[in-house]
This record gives sequence, structure tokens and C-alpha cells, in this order.
Amino acid sequence: MKVNLNDFGIVLAVIGATLAALIPGIASAKAVSKGGIAGAGVITEDPSLFGKVLILQLLPGTQGIYGLLIAFITFSQIGVLGGSGDISFAKGLLYFAACMPMIIVGYSSAIRQSNASIASMGVVAKKPDQFGKAMIFPAMVETYAILALLISMLAVNGISGLNI
Amino acid sequence: MLKRVNRSLSEVLYNEKTDKQFIYAVARIRSKELALLSKADIDQLMGCKTEKECLRLLADKGWGIDDTESSEQMLTTEREKTWELLADLVEDMSVFNTFLYGNDFHNLKAAIKQVYKDTKLSNIFLSNNTIDPDLIVKAVTERDFSILPEHMRQVAKEAYEIQLHTGDSQLCDIVIDKAALESIYSHGKASGDELLSHYVELKVAIANINIAIRSVKTGKDKEFLQRALVKCESLDIEKLTECALNGMDFIYDYLSTTVYFDGVSALKESPQAFECWCDNLIIEYIKPQKYNPFTLSPLAAYLLARENEIKTVRILLSGKRNDISDELIRERLREMYV
Repeated sequence: MKVNLNDFGIVLAVIGATLAALIPGIASAKAVSKGGIAGAGVITEDPSLFGKVLILQLLPGTQGIYGLLIAFITFSQIGVLGGSGDISFAKGLLYFAACMPMIIVGYSSAIRQSNASIASMGVVAKKPDQFGKAMIFPAMVETYAILALLISMLAVNGISGLNI
Repeated sequence: MLKRVNRSLSEVLYNEKTDKQFIYAVARIRSKELALLSKADIDQLMGCKTEKECLRLLADKGWGIDDTESSEQMLTTEREKTWELLADLVEDMSVFNTFLYGNDFHNLKAAIKQVYKDTKLSNIFLSNNTIDPDLIVKAVTERDFSILPEHMRQVAKEAYEIQLHTGDSQLCDIVIDKAALESIYSHGKASGDELLSHYVELKVAIANINIAIRSVKTGKDKEFLQRALVKCESLDIEKLTECALNGMDFIYDYLSTTVYFDGVSALKESPQAFECWCDNLIIEYIKPQKYNPFTLSPLAAYLLARENEIKTVRILLSGKRNDISDELIRERLREMYV
């Protein structure tokens, strides 16, 4: 039986898209959980800080959403959500590579952002009026998740136009 | 199957890692740090004319249960509050054994003296310990030291026999003190926590310096020093022993070559000044923990800060009670954590 390599193009693309939803999703779940634990500690002592702490807790949750978005766009482009699923091996590999920034940066930025969020919760616990400044620190980590989202999105969209 | 094992393992590892980070506990401690006494609070207390006025001010700041307590009751209540909080924050209190072993060994001393004198005294045992004092008393009374934890078994037997056969309470205490320091040291070093590891190093080194100084003043011999001094990384015990046998100046010279060179001037001034320098050194070391959001270190730092606060307030109240001049009280006051 002759194996046609192009049959595996769609497989690679689906793996890339699935990992884009999976890995940042797992990281966000871990990160939001850690933030929740720290938030619970702050709220135990001062329940009035709930709103501020909740925002800090949710900041690292965005990576999961970004990953989902990349997965959704990739599935749309490769025809999993309708249309033709005829993808060459090279194209499948390119889709896989296009998902990588979101997979890797999504994971690491979520974990690191949660650490920054937890540190900022310490600031809020001591000086609630400094919430604005405290929120900036974890928000800065978001920049890199957004950059990864942007490049993955541009790459996935760009690949669909390639004739390979 | 393999995947399931792998998943369970990663879940366990994740939970363990999260637990070791003490995220919840540190977040609560951050809020609790707001209630610690600052330098301004101490100045305010210094401004009070009498001890009663100080107690009222402390009660206003949430110290004690009510303002009818005596100063000692208030300080005991505060210490209990700290331990209750820590017990509430961590599931396994054994992480604080470094701070609790001292009380266990104190209770061992008390139990041996009580059994030796064949009397029963109340309030001689310290709470916040890892071994029930009744168990220690039982072990000493029945001479069945096997019921004690391993780190205390041998020393309890040895100290009891010394007390029984020689009646030398000082030697009995030295043997127990050395074992206490060794247990604290090994637990702190094995904890894997940077702060605890450094704290036990300081604690043992300071104890060694104090032993050496006192031995010179009381003319103790080499055998005594070898029995009392505890091995640590920052001091060469052999050299310290040698210096202590030669005189005070040799100790000063040796300490000038160690990381404790700053303390020499305080040592020359007075034992109280040196004690104050040691406490301030610990507080300076733990201060960065105010900005550490993870691990056991901020909790240990909070505990040390509270102990330091209680000690400072005790000095202040005692000074006010005995009409000691403000200048003299201020000399004895410790640096505050916040």
C-alpha cells in the first residue's frame, strides 16, 4: 500500500489547532486557580477587596481564550468546521507551525502572569488605593500573549492563501 | 493506563508545588502585616507616661483580649494569637518545628527538674510545642525514653542521668540546650527554605558566641566549651573554643574575621547591646520577605516579626513600669519589621 504524505496534512493542522486550545487553556486554568487561592487569602482578611482581587485573578485567564480563538480560526481554515479538508502535507505543517507561538507563549505567559497577579494581590491587600498601579504589572505580561496571538492569527490566515 | 498515571502524577506534583508556595497563607499574611507595630507605633508607646497608658494604647490597636489584662497576659495572648493564625494558615504545622523545638527542649528541662525534685509545679511547661509535655513527664518519670521522638530520646536519657547522678543542673541544661540547637539547626537546614536555613545559622552562631563570651567570664574549661558549642557553617567551633580559652580579646579578633564582624562593637559595649544587635540582624535579614508572595519564608518572617514585636513591647512596658528613663529604654528597643 502506497502512503500519500499529503493525507497527513490535515492531521498536522488539527494537532496544531488542538494544542493551541489545549495548552494555553491548561495554563490559564492553573494560573486562575493560583490567583483564586491568593485571592481567597486576601478576601478572608478584607472581603471589601473582592472586586479588585477578582480582576487580578482573571488576568491570566485570557491566554486560554486566545488559544481557543487560534484553534477556531485554524479549524475554519482547514475545513474542519465546514468546507474542503484537502490540505497538503506542507500546508498542514505550516498550520502546525503557525499555532506554535500561541501554544508556547500562551502557556508560559499565563503561568508568569499569575505570579505577577499574586504579587499584585499582596500590594492590594496592603494598599487597596494602589490597585491601578498594582494591576499594571501583571497586565504587562499580557503584551507577549497578545503578540503571540497576533502572529499566530496572521500566520494561520496567511497560510490559507498559499498555493502549496 | 500510562497516561492516567502520568496525569495523576502531574496533578500531585502541581498540588504539591502549589502547597509549597503557600499562596493562600502568604496572601493572608500580607493583610495581617498591616496590624504589625511600626516604628511610629513604638514612638507613640514611648510617648505614654505610664505602663497602664501603654496597655490602653495597645488594646486600642487590637492587642490582648481587653484592656483589663496585665502586661504579661496581654503578651501571652498575642503570642497565642500568632500561633492560632499560623495553625489556621497551614495544614501541617511541622513546617514550623524549627521554632517549636526550643519549647520542647525547655519542657524536657522542666520535666527532669520536676521529677528530680519530686514536686509538681504549675505553669512550668510552654505551650506551642511538638511534643505533649505530659508525654515528656511520663517518659522521665517512668524512665522510658523510647516513647519520645528520636531527636530527643538520647539527650533526655543523658540529661536525666546527669541530673540524677551528679545533681548538676547546669550541666543537665547545657546538654539539653546543645541538643535543642542541634535539632533546630538540622530541621532548619533540611527544610529547604532559604529563610529558615539562614535563620538557624544565625541562631546557632549567636548562641555559640554567647556561650564563648560567658565561658570566658566564668572561666570555663575546654571540656565545657566542647560540650556546649554547636557546629555551624559560619563559625569554626574549634577556633572559637581556642579563642575562648585564651580570653575575650581573642574572641573579638576571631569574630572580626567572620561575617559577624559588625557585632564586635556591640559585644564590647554590653551583652544587652549584643542581644539587640542580634535581633536587629535577624529583622534586617527577614525584611525582604515583605515583598515575597510565595513560599514559607514570608510566614516564618511574620512569626519572627511578631516575636520581635512582643519582645520590644515587653522591654518598653518593663521600662515604663520601673520608671527607667526613655533614653535607656530606647537603647534596648529593637528594629521593627514594618
